[in-house]
Amino acid sequence: MASESADIAAVGAERIEDAALLTGCGRFIDDLPVPTMCVHAAILRSPHAHASLRSVDTSVARAMPGVRAIITGDDYASIAAPLMVGVKIPIECWPIARDKVRYSGEPVAVVLADNRYLAEDALDRIVVEYDRLEPVLDPLAALNADAPQLHAGLSGNLGADRSFRYGDPESTFDTAERTVDITIRYPRNSCTPIETYGLVAEWDPHGEAFDVLANFQGPFSIHPVIARALNVPGNRLRLRTPEDSGGSFGVKQGVFPYMVLMAACARLAGRPVKWVEDRLEHLSASVSATNRVTTLRAAVTGEGRVTALNWDQVEDVGAYLRAPEPATLYRMHGNLCGAYDIANLSVRNRIVMTNKTPTGLNRGFGGPQVYFALERLMARIAQELSLDPVEVIRRNLIAADAFPYRTASGATYDSGNYQLALETALAQGGYDALLEARAAARAEGRLYGIGLAAAVEPSVSNMGYLSTALTPQERAKAGPKNGAQSAATIAIDPVGSVTVQLDSVPQGQGHRTVAAKVVADVFGLEPAQVRVLAAMDTARDAWSIAAGNYASRFAGASAGAVKIAADRLRDRLARIAAARINARPEDIRFDGGRVFAAGNPEAGLAFARVASAAHWAPATLPEGIGNPVRETAIWTAPELTAPTEADGINSSLCHAFIFDFCGVEIDPLSGEARIDRYVTMHDCGTILHPGMVEGQIRGAFAHGVGAALYEEYAYDDAGAFLAGTFADYPVPTVHEIPELDVLHICTPSPLTPLGAKGVGEGNCMSTPVCIANAVGDALAPLCGWTDLALPLTPARLSTFLGDEPTAPADVASRPKAEGRGLTGKGKARVAAPPQVIWDTLMDADQLAAIIPGAHDVRKLSSTRFLADVTLGVGPVKGRYRVEVVLSDLNPPRSATLSGKANGALGSGEGTGYVTLTPEGERATMIAYSYEASLGGKVASVGGRLLDGAARIVIGQFFASLGRKAGAAPAAIGFRARLKALLGGAR
Amino acid sequence: MKPARFDYVRVDTLDEAADILAQSGDDARVLAGGQSLMAMMNMRLAQPAVVVDILQATGPRRPEIAKDRLRISALVRQEALSTRVSLAQEVPLLAQAAPWIGHIQTRMRGTVCGSVAHADPSAELPLILVALDGRVHLKSRRKRRTMPAREFFLGMMVTEKSDDELIEAVDVPLTLPGTGTAFREVGRRKGDFAIVSCAAVVRGSLTRLAVGGVNDTPVVADWENLAPADLAEALNAFAWSLDTRDDMHASARYRRDLVRRLGETTIREARSCAD
Repeated sequence: MASESADIAAVGAERIEDAALLTGCGRFIDDLPVPTMCVHAAILRSPHAHASLRSVDTSVARAMPGVRAIITGDDYASIAAPLMVGVKIPIECWPIARDKVRYSGEPVAVVLADNRYLAEDALDRIVVEYDRLEPVLDPLAALNADAPQLHAGLSGNLGADRSFRYGDPESTFDTAERTVDITIRYPRNSCTPIETYGLVAEWDPHGEAFDVLANFQGPFSIHPVIARALNVPGNRLRLRTPEDSGGSFGVKQGVFPYMVLMAACARLAGRPVKWVEDRLEHLSASVSATNRVTTLRAAVTGEGRVTALNWDQVEDVGAYLRAPEPATLYRMHGNLCGAYDIANLSVRNRIVMTNKTPTGLNRGFGGPQVYFALERLMARIAQELSLDPVEVIRRNLIAADAFPYRTASGATYDSGNYQLALETALAQGGYDALLEARAAARAEGRLYGIGLAAAVEPSVSNMGYLSTALTPQERAKAGPKNGAQSAATIAIDPVGSVTVQLDSVPQGQGHRTVAAKVVADVFGLEPAQVRVLAAMDTARDAWSIAAGNYASRFAGASAGAVKIAADRLRDRLARIAAARINARPEDIRFDGGRVFAAGNPEAGLAFARVASAAHWAPATLPEGIGNPVRETAIWTAPELTAPTEADGINSSLCHAFIFDFCGVEIDPLSGEARIDRYVTMHDCGTILHPGMVEGQIRGAFAHGVGAALYEEYAYDDAGAFLAGTFADYPVPTVHEIPELDVLHICTPSPLTPLGAKGVGEGNCMSTPVCIANAVGDALAPLCGWTDLALPLTPARLSTFLGDEPTAPADVASRPKAEGRGLTGKGKARVAAPPQVIWDTLMDADQLAAIIPGAHDVRKLSSTRFLADVTLGVGPVKGRYRVEVVLSDLNPPRSATLSGKANGALGSGEGTGYVTLTPEGERATMIAYSYEASLGGKVASVGGRLLDGAARIVIGQFFASLGRKAGAAPAAIGFRARLKALLGGAR
Repeated sequence: MKPARFDYVRVDTLDEAADILAQSGDDARVLAGGQSLMAMMNMRLAQPAVVVDILQATGPRRPEIAKDRLRISALVRQEALSTRVSLAQEVPLLAQAAPWIGHIQTRMRGTVCGSVAHADPSAELPLILVALDGRVHLKSRRKRRTMPAREFFLGMMVTEKSDDELIEAVDVPLTLPGTGTAFREVGRRKGDFAIVSCAAVVRGSLTRLAVGGVNDTPVVADWENLAPADLAEALNAFAWSLDTRDDMHASARYRRDLVRRLGETTIREARSCAD
């Protein structure tokens, strides 16, 4: 079946989407008109990772101009319900916090106002009182018995724990010549679409129905989740999508909790509601890929043949389990052995809750996590056995004559020729030259490595795979789930022009172009004559729970449904034409806009004439022809069956193959990993549009480079989100993404209507680990095997480049503040004796004058103060409510000051220790140290500036203290004060 | 991500701007390109009551030679500096550093003086100004004053500029023949904030290294008669003397590594083009 070069159809079709997109004429959610009386929503979000909600006071905000309503969690709960999840665990997932917040960025209140500006003004005036709770961020730490618990209903933070075995893994391991294992931590990241979430939600009180227009991407299995949460039957939830969507990569599935929330707001407020997410909201609180800790063990022969795998996966789904999670953990279940012929497999899957944003769909969905472990393991096997890594892959690949191949865990690999793909890639991609380049570089002492990765890219998900997470008994109770239905409708109007309605909800891929081409080919028309509609409307269009844009299902499934619908209509039109021109239907041809009998094109009819006949003269149609003006095809693959009793699951219909290799050099100056050469070989079956396939590969590769070297949704130990801008979440740009060599072979899928397989996610799965393997190989001469954590930043790699020279004696003795938390210490000499300073500190009125920017200080007790404070550095200013508590009082020598600050820019909490040492009779050396943590907006977007800002504010405090207590500093300028105060820290 | 309410005032002259600053003081901010200010306002990190747009005012829009100095006035965009053909002869260090200032899109809008007033610790222009003994010319309704750049920067986004002052111009001396200069920077991506940036100036017996991105302000180290054999040790001592800290992009140790390695490369490069 396979050929060396892909059978690329001569499709010159330009993308019909592009002209509008390139001229700014796309119709995205924010471009569409809004209903009259529409209000605009802004969301107040928690600055804390974990806290009890003591109170939410909206009274001041509600009275502000233009504010129409403010909705809290309790308001929501008065008309709507929690979001349901496929895997039943005893936690409640509300789209807005009720009694507790569990991640930084969790919605706490929604302001509805006449415009977004006024809504954001009001956000700043809502007063929320939180009682902070200890957060847990690390998935393994969350499993500890003494870890803070997120959900009272759970035992600890373990959401689920399922084990699987296939074949005979135990005795294979027992008798194995060797075992090799690795433990990896895959970080949090996301593919960050350029367009954020957006929606318009309406409630019709008389029809008792919701209408939600959102840039949701599917799957529409979420439709019942939304309807259930909103307490309406499915037929009273109309869900629509815009014609254009600015990228999704899975991420826009995660808009659904906001669709629920804003629909409830629309009902509560009696107004249509529009909400567009901003970038900070998106990065911090939309959705994230899962981070995962995996221990993977292999039983291996002396020749490097893997005979069994043992997976232990701890999946961090964040604060709530949100549908369709824990799907990230199960999407790859059928292909956990990758491209390798391994019959024995055991798996333990645990789901853990932590104080981070809930996870969801993201390009590659489960693949990056799995292949990072699997392909790092293959590299390690090669290293431990001193084998050529290519040879280890070669010896384990599934044989070309084994297809269709049934994997240990129950997937059917539809087609492939992995050996041909591998050898073709090595030959055409110049692998030998790369080996020479590495040898030459190493001879010069340069750090150069080669990485490899082989991966099976699943596509067209079985809607039943998630039920693998249930036990067979639970599955029996819930009823079978399986399949992957695709719907397409083709309509012909009275002038014979053709319209196609998709259910694939494209997010910029170009589905309309491919669908137009498929239909035009069937009808003998030009693609430009076929109009394709991509906007979805659940009230009018054909759809199923599988509709949507995910699991790379378009080429394999959606385009196939389009083809089936077109073929059916063509057959009917052929009968009409046959009757008119006295020919047999099977001889009818469609070409050049005409319908004619083979061999006699002159006697044919115009396509429009035939196609419109059913509108104008239905009585003239041949008997029993069916409907020739409209056809909806709903296609599913019978191979996508429900999980078996033995937990076997054919998790996806199609399985493409990827083999990547790359050369990476580490810059000894900066520690930067520079990709010198990258070759990616794909077998994605029949290619429907070469340009789009290449676009998908290059796009996924860019995301893979980002995951490998740049991107992380990072949190600090207190749970503050640190990557709230694209300065701190550095997505690689055209400057950072290297040239890519793309190669193809083609073994068409026998299971899809067009022989195509998905291709959109593969490099998200293969590229991060391929780069990591190359980096590991580059470091091997220096360090042997290295455990590498993504992203491979220059700072991380630099630690492998040798020990740091020690500090000179005079520098080493100075105190250093290091670490990610805000800490610092300093000294200030004040011209007043300790008692005067002490009295100043203990005096509420005096303290009011000392706290920088204090407007109003209230003394709650002799050691507790509440103040309204404007804090700021340079142009950055924010108003905070600050609570200060004095403790450990040892007059007049030392005290502890604890402070909490809450404001629109976020929150802070810190402790300072102050000691007063007399210097002679009239002066005091004030020594202070502090530790602080910040949360909310200021931590997410200002991380780079925080340290300095905190030092300046704290410096201001002690400067004021000095000025208040002693007369001398009053004469000194601010600059000198700063120097004096901050200089002490250095 | 919408700014809080503010008044927008577009002035025709810098005198007019100074008048408004005199009235509004701390509540006013000068809009001089907006590549930092507008983002901060949209995130409501900054909420000035008045924004004074000086970019339509009359004044020089290109750098000018003033005797032995290159004077860059308030309205000069960064791109007008980086595309100045003679810059590589006049002040080669500025020409070397200019491509590292943000991206071409931000350089088209951002002004040189705006970046200096903003005083971001990672910014290139304050670093170059300090490395070259540049000066800052301040103007208010009360008076004009000029100060050395080394004294201008006090901390993170904190400068000597009073609330009623604006930067009228900055200047740097034209580089004397025989001087060697070099600039190197490491950031996460092209155009990103510097993790460490190094500017070296070598002339006669003097070796100078100015480092940005580490402390709250640019830091300068001067060495007289520094022998090549002593360079590594001197840089190690300098690296350890800095206020290096961990953040999400780089560790304190990595910053010291860069000061040592990048510093050495930069100094060697500057020496190679000095007489």
